[in-house]
This record gives sequence, structure tokens and C-alpha cells, in this order.
Amino acid sequence: MGVLQNGGEPVTTQHLLVRYAKRGKMRFASHLDVARAFERGVRRADLPIAYSTGFTPHPKISYAGGAPTGVASEAEYLSLTLTSRTEADDVRERLNAALPDGIDVIAVTEDSGKLPASRLTASEWQIALPGLPADNVVPVVRKFLALTEAPVERLTSKGMRRMDARAAVVSLDVIDDASRGSALRMVVRHTVPSVRPDDVLNALRDVSDVFLAGQPLMTRLAQGSLGESGVVKL
Amino acid sequence: MPVESVFPQLEPLLPLVRKPVQYVGGEVNSTVKAWDATDVRWALFYPDAYEVGQPNQGIAILYEVLNEQPCVLAERTYSVWPDLEQLMRDRGVPQFTVDAHRPVSAFDVLGVSFSTELGYTNLLTALDLAGIPLLAADRTITHPVVLAGGHAAFNPEPLADFLDAVVIGDGEEAVLAITRVIREWKQGGCPGGRDGLLLSLAATGGVYVPKFYDVTYRPDGRIGRVTPNRAGVPASVRKHTLLDLDAWPYPKAPVVPVAETVHERYSVEIFRGCTRGCRFCQAGMITRPVRERSITTVGNMVKGGLKSTGFSEVGLLSLSSADHSEINEIAIDLADCYEGSNVGLSLPSTRVDAFNVTLADELSRNGKRSGLTFAPEGGSERMRKVINKMVTEEDLIRTVTTAYAGGWRQVKLYFMCGLPTEEDEDVTAIADLARKVIAAGRTATGRKDIRCTVSIGGFVPKPHTPFQWAGQCPPEVVDDRLRKLGAALRADKTYGRSVGFRYHEGTPSLVEGLLSRGDRRVGRVILAAWRDGARFDGWSEYFSFDRWVAACATGLAETQVDLAWYTTRERDYGEVLPWDHLDSGLDRDWLWEDWQSAVSPHGAGEVEDCRWTPCYECGVCPAMGTEIQTGPTGERLDGRRLLPVLATNGR
Repeated sequence: MGVLQNGGEPVTTQHLLVRYAKRGKMRFASHLDVARAFERGVRRADLPIAYSTGFTPHPKISYAGGAPTGVASEAEYLSLTLTSRTEADDVRERLNAALPDGIDVIAVTEDSGKLPASRLTASEWQIALPGLPADNVVPVVRKFLALTEAPVERLTSKGMRRMDARAAVVSLDVIDDASRGSALRMVVRHTVPSVRPDDVLNALRDVSDVFLAGQPLMTRLAQGSLGESGVVKL
Repeated sequence: MPVESVFPQLEPLLPLVRKPVQYVGGEVNSTVKAWDATDVRWALFYPDAYEVGQPNQGIAILYEVLNEQPCVLAERTYSVWPDLEQLMRDRGVPQFTVDAHRPVSAFDVLGVSFSTELGYTNLLTALDLAGIPLLAADRTITHPVVLAGGHAAFNPEPLADFLDAVVIGDGEEAVLAITRVIREWKQGGCPGGRDGLLLSLAATGGVYVPKFYDVTYRPDGRIGRVTPNRAGVPASVRKHTLLDLDAWPYPKAPVVPVAETVHERYSVEIFRGCTRGCRFCQAGMITRPVRERSITTVGNMVKGGLKSTGFSEVGLLSLSSADHSEINEIAIDLADCYEGSNVGLSLPSTRVDAFNVTLADELSRNGKRSGLTFAPEGGSERMRKVINKMVTEEDLIRTVTTAYAGGWRQVKLYFMCGLPTEEDEDVTAIADLARKVIAAGRTATGRKDIRCTVSIGGFVPKPHTPFQWAGQCPPEVVDDRLRKLGAALRADKTYGRSVGFRYHEGTPSLVEGLLSRGDRRVGRVILAAWRDGARFDGWSEYFSFDRWVAACATGLAETQVDLAWYTTRERDYGEVLPWDHLDSGLDRDWLWEDWQSAVSPHGAGEVEDCRWTPCYECGVCPAMGTEIQTGPTGERLDGRRLLPVLATNGR
């Protein structure tokens, strides 16, 4: 495939799919913060990144919908377009050396082209519930799963939005971690507006007051298409 | 003993606040050192939000200079927004550094850089959150030395109660000298306690310790005398001047923010100082003489800075960048080096001069041409003479014509309102000027969609300038003139929609004026305002004029002086000014003569730039033992592809 690069000469391009994590302190980075970090990261890593043509050229990086600010992730995706072929592992190493700790590239693979949203239709999330025994959570989850709908509201950039947290939840399990309490693990469909793990938690809070105040650690574990046994990783 | 991170206490608060990423650190090029591996530890504080403070060049330089020293640790701390401040108070989380989230109170020095007086109340918030007593007199040997620097510290008197020490001038060598004094004091078992350290610092002649000076007042409220109150303390404290900027190429690898900030670029200072002699300009007066960085160092810094940061923008900073002796070569060579690399180059500060447009054209060769900014500062020719901004209307029209013809769509013009001797006509003249600018642009381009934005701010007389004696224009007069200007701009419909008008109310300027030229008695006003909730006074959504007026009433209740006395009152030659014992090198008589010349009834006298004309004896070089350091060096940058002759008569 060829695109026009500075001066109008066609250049061969290479598409790379990047899976990265947002960990620890960096989970507080927003989508835009992560995007800026990658734009600088590819420059620091000296990757042959392609630029869009036009009035204000931008590096060709396309981002799949990111985990919310404050939510960690082990499964964020973006795609890069390079103007000359570079070994995928080399790209991973160079990016990791160039990015802030906590925005960590997990895997780089060759890909056919841009990342279509249709390949990312569901996510698996985990919510840590330290100090809360699984036995206390299981009945709450059962009650939630028995609901026909679980309306929740969240203030978004487009104003207050209402969504059905129950409808988006494909599965919801309680993980017992006797030493540290428990955790919720759930598969949630990508919807518009999106139902986030904190929305599900709020819906659970409507069912029971067993949960502590404050925002627990939430992590996206996987992202991909929805298969019969859960999320099929990209 | 290692110092524990407060992050575990901070972390649960972060989901509850706006833009939490600003508080987490971990940025590329940030430095975390083992506490116990170092012996002198600095917390560098910028008294505004991270988004403003992080790009600050002064903090970036000192952070690197200090951290390059093996036994020195420097971390950064910024003002937290009121949402987090409240949560920190509720949960007992102290002011922390973003690098390792160490409590600020554990450091040896809390170094605060003041770019503007409106950051003063934010110092009190940080001290209070840190658990450091607000008043220097209440601090003990366990507390950090609270040390101020930056341009606004050239008159630190309003903060005298809250500061332990002050450095005026360039910080690079000063922080290292202070580090040595602290190390010796600590290694020697802290002889003399806290005062022992402060005395050693004061004895260097380059560190001002306010509490070692007594101030007396005359019955009418004016200052009587400022005198040292113990032996070994100099009568006046000198500013620091860094010579040979090529030997100090900082910042080399500045921190790359994850949060969005006001300047997202690698900035290199191409020279320091300015001798254009604009009478209102404190920066130009206190940073003399001009010291250039050579084209070679600039080129190396840009190369290294881009590589270490990944920024795609480069700013060539200085007080008047087109005045560098080799700016032409710098512009051509950098544009050559980075052609096709999607690196944007810019000169953030531009004088009204067609040559500047040519430079901007050259630097933006590969990028977009959106807007150019020029600062005529005064609306009428007479006004510009008063402020010694030697720009004629013809210069301005020629400059904007070149800009519009070169493809720039928008020109922004900066002005000031409330200048000495100003009349209504001097301000409404700006409307005329704007119309002429648009007309010239339409003629040059044959299009109607070019724009001009008039941006105007209230003038605040500053210490160490010829206008330090001036009466500040009352805010109601400024506001009235701005209303008249707005009406004049809107009056002509043929141009009205092509001209944008941006202005601020006059009242924040009056408070800035109070803090700029205040003396020690203003400390109580600051404390009263802060106790009443003053925070982030540089932000219009937080600033309250009524609060400051009330704070003046309580804080100055036991004095003969008031807000007007500090601001709108003109001073005379004989009055002792609060900063007279802080030596910026400027000859007081020269400043006075320049002030008199500005307001002369026979028309203002003009002062040329001493880089190109004989020395006019402002006093700085002999007083400070410094010299003008300029090129040309005759060198060129590697990597340029060709040596075109730069057209100087527009394109």
C-alpha cells in the first residue's frame, strides 16, 4: 500500500497493531494524555512514523477507545503506520524505552491496515474489592444478574447520560482472593454511550450497600470481539 | 532515614479531582533519587498549577543543574487546585513533590520561583499544606529554608514575613553556591542553628535574608531606613549574573509532561537580557546585559532537546529573539536541518519589524502560517516615545503588510493601557491603527478574510524600571478607556468584524501593582487575603478584587497607608523605595533621569540600544562586573543543505 509522504512521493507503509497497558500512576492519564505520550514516544524512539498530509500533518497513529481516566488497563490498542519496514519486536523495545513507565507496550504485531472498531466489541474488566469477602459479594451479583434492567446515570462531556448497565453486562463473576478480599470480573459489551466498570459498580451499589465508598482499582484485562466463552482477544 | 512517599494517602483522592495525572509524576526525564544517597535536598516550587508551572524554564534549568550533582536531590512541587487542596486538608495529606511524592517539609530548601506577584498567595497555601509555619520567625531547624527567586522576587518585601531568603538574578550558579553552604553547615553539625545557616548565606553577599534587615517608617508612612541588624550582613544584596551561556546549556533534557500544559515544546533561550530600553519592561531592566548563546550551542541544544523529549515544537526564547546577532543564520540553518521532519520552529516574542516576519517565514517554511504577534504596546506615536518603544506607524504597517502578503492570516497586536501621561486619545488611537492594519492586509492580499486581534492589558509600574516612581492609572480610568476603545473599534462596520478585541478588567492590575511595589507592611494584606480564601489570583475565575480591598482595610489598619498609597501615588526622587537595598546594578540616577526624560513636557527622549550604540551608562556592567556577550561567531550549523541568501525585503 502506498501513501503520499512529504513531497508527494509514494512510500511503502507498514501497519503495526500495538497492545499496551496503562498501569499504576499512569492509569490517571486521559485518552488525550496517552495520545500525546505516544506521539512523543514515537519521535523519541525515532520510528519512521508516517504523517498525514495536509495543512497540519499528524503522525499516523489511530487509537481504539481508551480505558477511562483512573482505570488501569492491560489491553489498550492502537495502530501505527510506518514509512519503512521495522521489526515488530524492535518497535516494542524502542517504544518502551521512550514512553513513561506505566504506559507499557505489551505486544506489537503486523496488521493489515487500520484498526476497525468492529474488531473491538467487548472488554473484560476487573474491579478489586480489597477487604470485602467473596461471600458478601456473591448474593449482590446474583441479585444484579436477575434484574431486567439496571439504569445508571453518568455525567459525560455531552451532559448527563442514562444507560442500562445490566443490558451491557455479558457475564459477571466474583473472584475469591481470601488473603485480600475479592474481585469482580465482568465481560461488558461496547455500547454507545459506553457502559464502564464504574457504571456497573454503581448499579451494584443500587442493589446493596456492601461496597465501600471511593473508587476501587479497576483494570481492563482484555479487549476484542465477543465469543461464546467471553472476550476473544485481538 | 529515608522519607516515605505520601502517594498511598494521595492515591484514593485522585479519582475525585480534575485532571489527576498532573499530580502523579513519572514523566519522561523526571528524576527520582534515593533520599539517603544525597546530602542536600531541594524542593522546587512553582506557585501555580502544574499546567502553567511545568513548562517554566527557570525550574527546568535548576532541576537539571541540581540533579546533575551526585549528592544533591531536586524534586518539583506545584500548587494543587482547590478541589485537591480541600481533600488533602480533610485527610491530612501534606504538600508533596510530584517526583517521589515526598512531603515538602522534609527537604532542606523549598525554592520558589515567582514569575508574577499574583502567585504570592499560592506560596502560603503550599506552606500551610506542607505544615511549614507561614511566618519565617516561627520556623525551627527542622523546617526547610524557604528561598524565593524569579523576576517577581526583585522586590520580595511584601513576602518578607514568609521568606527565609531570596536570590535575585540568574539561578544556575547561585543554587550550587547555596548548596555548598548548606552542605558545610550540615556537615559541621549545624553551627548556630537556623540563623547560623542564614547568616552564612547572607555573608556571601548574594543571598538576601529579610529578617536581618530592619525597616523604619516616617510619620507620613514612607520608609525611613532599611539597615542590617547584625554584623556580617551586607547593606545591599547583589543580583547574580551568569556569564557564558554556552557553558550552561540547560535544560538539556527537560521533563516531558503527560498532562496537557500551556507550552508543549522544547524551548532554548537564545540569549538572556535585553537592552532595548523599553521603560515599562522589568524583564529588560533586571536581566542586563545581553548574553548570547552561540549558534553552535543553540543548534546542539535543539538537536539534543528534540531527541530527549520527542517534542515536535521548538521555541527560540529570549526577550526579543530577532535581536540575536546571528538570528538569520540560526533561522536558515535550523529550518534546513529540520526540513521534512515535521518539527515546528517558532520565535515566541517578536518586535514590530519586517525582518521578524522574514524570520517567521523562514522558520515556518514547512508548516502552517496561522498567526503572528507583535507588540507596539502604545497606541499613539507619542505614547510609544514615552515608553521608549521606538516603532513608527509606518514600521507597523510595513510589518503587517509583509506578514499578510507572506500568507499569515492573522496578526495579533499587544498594547498596554494606563501608561504614564496617557490620555483617552492615546488609547482610542489603537482603533485607527487596527483599521489601517486591516486595510493594508486587504490591499496586500486582495482578500477580506484576514484578521487582526487587539489584545490590551493594564500597565503595572514595576520595581527596578524607570517607571518605578510612576502613579499607577486607577482601574476605573483604564476600564473607561477600554470601553471607549471598544466602542471606537465597533463604530466602523467595514472593519469591525475583521478586528478582534481582547482585554481584561483593570482591578487585577491594581492588586498586582500593590504586590509589585509594596513594602513589608503589605505582608499582612497578603495574609488577610489568603485567610479569606485568596488562591490562584492570576486566574480570573478565582480572583476577587473585593477580597483584596477588604484585606487592605484589615492588613493596613494600623498604618498611615492604604491601597491607593501603594498604587496610584507617584513617588519622588528622595523617597526610599522598598527594594532600594536590592542591587540590580541599575544606577538609580540613570533610572530617574530616564523617567524624567519619558515624561518631559517637551516630548520624551529616546534611548538607543547599547549593543549598537555607545554605552548610555545604565550602570549595570560596571556595578556587576559584567559585559555584553554577543556574536557573531561566523559559524554555521551542520546539517543545513544549502546556503541561500535570505531575502530581507519580504517575499
